[in-house]
Amino acid sequence: MASLKIPVTSSDHIQGDEHAPVILVEYGDYQCPHCGRAYPIVKQVQKHFGKRLAFVFRNFPLNEMHPDAEVAAETAEFAASQDRFWEMHDAIFENQDSLGLPLLLELAEKLSLSAEALEQALNDGEYAKRVKEDFLGGVRSGVNGTPTFFINGHRHDGPFEFEDLVEAIGTQMK
Amino acid sequence: MPQLLEAGTPAPDFTLHVTPDQKLSLSELRGRPVILAFYPADWSPVCGDQMGLYNEVLAEFQKHRAELLGISVDGVWCHEAFAQSRHLHFPLLADFEPKGDVARKYGAYRDGDGLCERALFVIDDKGKIAWSYCSPISINPGADGILEALENLPKS
Repeated sequence: MASLKIPVTSSDHIQGDEHAPVILVEYGDYQCPHCGRAYPIVKQVQKHFGKRLAFVFRNFPLNEMHPDAEVAAETAEFAASQDRFWEMHDAIFENQDSLGLPLLLELAEKLSLSAEALEQALNDGEYAKRVKEDFLGGVRSGVNGTPTFFINGHRHDGPFEFEDLVEAIGTQMK
Repeated sequence: MPQLLEAGTPAPDFTLHVTPDQKLSLSELRGRPVILAFYPADWSPVCGDQMGLYNEVLAEFQKHRAELLGISVDGVWCHEAFAQSRHLHFPLLADFEPKGDVARKYGAYRDGDGLCERALFVIDDKGKIAWSYCSPISINPGADGILEALENLPKS
């Protein structure tokens, strides 16, 4: 059974307490429609468990299939450098249908981040290394597509509907 | 469940179509590691299916000078369309005639279903199987096992 090789640390993007009884880690791709579908489900699951669950998002862009996945991931990392990761993460998934550079620049401005600085960072590949590290760590952990979830370090195989995730997470809480 | 060929076994040689007018033999690749990835069928309906994932990890495989070959019972024309649509940068072999013949030799054929297993083999530079793994058919095994096997190959 595949397990998470890269432990959750303070350098991760985390919602909730690092020491919560259960940590849900998602390896995701901003252009992947399945990740788009998982996005509101994860929100529901977080609401269901409240403080007992922490959520971590890591990048796994499938660039051959999704040409805008990498820039989207780097944009979210750019936002993270200014403590706005989750706002950008949410905004990208909520506007996934129109994903592309124009949207990303627009979202940056909406969050009062400099679109110019974002464009510069994308051109320089400033956050490419971070995204690549996430990707390779995911490969080593047995990420086998997007989204891949790990629940307290164990890969969750099979469907990720609300009920499925609640059940799998519930088992770890006992 | 058929018995998958195990580490230490010489990898049975084969010659299969890679394109409608080109064939490839395993023995042509002697001298470098080969990853042989049997999979049930082209056109799996998920993002980042097994072949799509390996396509993204290709650079990591190449660090070990390894050659990746995908193999299923689909025909060459089907493989061609599939590879084009997913932008695959590695060959897909058609184990099409006689159907599943190579998969059978590796213990990776599902008789009742007429499909290959999700079976992975890492073959060393001398043509010996160094690692093999059969995943449940519905579970994409990922790439971690392959990378670990490549790392464990004796340095040549």
